[in-house]
Amino acid sequence: MRDIDVKEVTRAVAECCIDSCNNLPEGVLKKLEAARKEEISPLGCQVLDTIIENAKLANKKQVPLCQDTGLTVVYIDIGQEVHFTGGDLWDAIHAGVAKGYTEGYLRKSSVDDPIFLRKNTQDNTPAIIHCRIVPGEKVHIIVLPKGCGSENMSQLRMLKPADGLEGIINFVLEAMRTAGPNPCPPVTVGVGVGGNAEKATELAKYALARKIGEHNANPQYAKLEDDLLELVNKTGVGPSGLGGKTTALAVNVEYAPTHIGGMPCAVIFNCHAARRSETTI
Amino acid sequence: MSEIKYITTPLTEETVKNLHAGDFVRITGPIYTARDAAHKRMYEALGRGEALPFDVKGNVIYYVGPSPTKPGEVVGSAGPTTSGRMDKYTPTMIEQGMKGMIGKGFRNDAVVEACKKHHAVYFVAIGGAAAVISQSIRSEEMVAFEDLGPEAIRHYEVVDFPAIVGIDIEGNDVYKLEIAKYAELLNK
Ligand code: SF4
Repeated sequence: MRDIDVKEVTRAVAECCIDSCNNLPEGVLKKLEAARKEEISPLGCQVLDTIIENAKLANKKQVPLCQDTGLTVVYIDIGQEVHFTGGDLWDAIHAGVAKGYTEGYLRKSSVDDPIFLRKNTQDNTPAIIHCRIVPGEKVHIIVLPKGCGSENMSQLRMLKPADGLEGIINFVLEAMRTAGPNPCPPVTVGVGVGGNAEKATELAKYALARKIGEHNANPQYAKLEDDLLELVNKTGVGPSGLGGKTTALAVNVEYAPTHIGGMPCAVIFNCHAARRSETTI
Repeated sequence: MSEIKYITTPLTEETVKNLHAGDFVRITGPIYTARDAAHKRMYEALGRGEALPFDVKGNVIYYVGPSPTKPGEVVGSAGPTTSGRMDKYTPTMIEQGMKGMIGKGFRNDAVVEACKKHHAVYFVAIGGAAAVISQSIRSEEMVAFEDLGPEAIRHYEVVDFPAIVGIDIEGNDVYKLEIAKYAELLNK
């Protein structure tokens, strides 16, 4: 058994919030630079140059890459040998978000009531928390701030077994064409297949929490990721949706067992400002 | 690549006539910020027969909700937000004399029609390039709806604000044109 003070969690979450919003993961920057070399559209080249410059400038000045620092999605894997002390763990995570967004000059974009009041909570809380209990005595945290321009283009479709692989591919391409410029391409496409409605959606988001460049461990799904990436990059959407061959930097697919009668599929986009920060306590 | 066109605000008929979908522009002069909540309030005010909090004639509205300003900076990160959410209010704003908008993403047919009819232009700024864009914002002043925080209406003075003409006064839409062009080219 290992005791961990929840203040440690607050501190870790706050640091990840600031780090992710100001510093584009190096892997993403490398992919953008590689894509720039391949891009054929003049507008697309201009866009890629600007977003590469933007990432470097944000890093240098330690300011947010994008003003929409999103709702804060927090993945927390808790080793089952861990015992939290000093307070409520959930409160500690929310406090970390409040601290990070306040001290880091990040935009507070969370409203308390979606329909009637829509009053800003002033500190970007609550976090959206996904928690797993895992073996061991460590705590692993991934913070994934997610802006609304890309989130609003998410789609869930309750595909049927007869729709098959073709149904999945067509749905992903349709979602990409519909999204067009809105999710700020080049995007990362998160695809969740299987489970039920909420499981597929959760998987699509979890697919975006992956480090860029990682593939699904199942070779068939890894190949599907490559195939989808190639097809998405033929839609012509291009950087900022202004035309070109760099529409996505990656397609990440996650899957889960599903019902004999179903094949739900969710697609969630992450923008080129693919913010992500992780830490282990 | 077409050369960069340097333009100043408020926009005149002469200026907008010269702009074509896909042109690179650098905008200098005053612009006003407004996004979802501010548009809703302005739209409702017009519905009640009240005046808008600033004169929109010839002016440009920037769809943005900046991040908080760090000490020592003029403004926080301030890139464009998705324009489509303002589509409901835009034709009314254009009828009021607004001449330009800056945002990102698709617009609907009603906006395209209003641009054609009243000679207004939709400028596209690069989404997510907020740190770079902020460098062109030289001053900031609160105009109205301060209670809306990042959604309040602000007056910015910008110098060489980088953008691309998205929809011109003939109704040409850069997204539609360019995506179709590359979709064809890449699937040959
Ligand atoms: S979709 Fe665009 S504007 Fe929204 S958070 Fe991402 S980069 Fe920023």
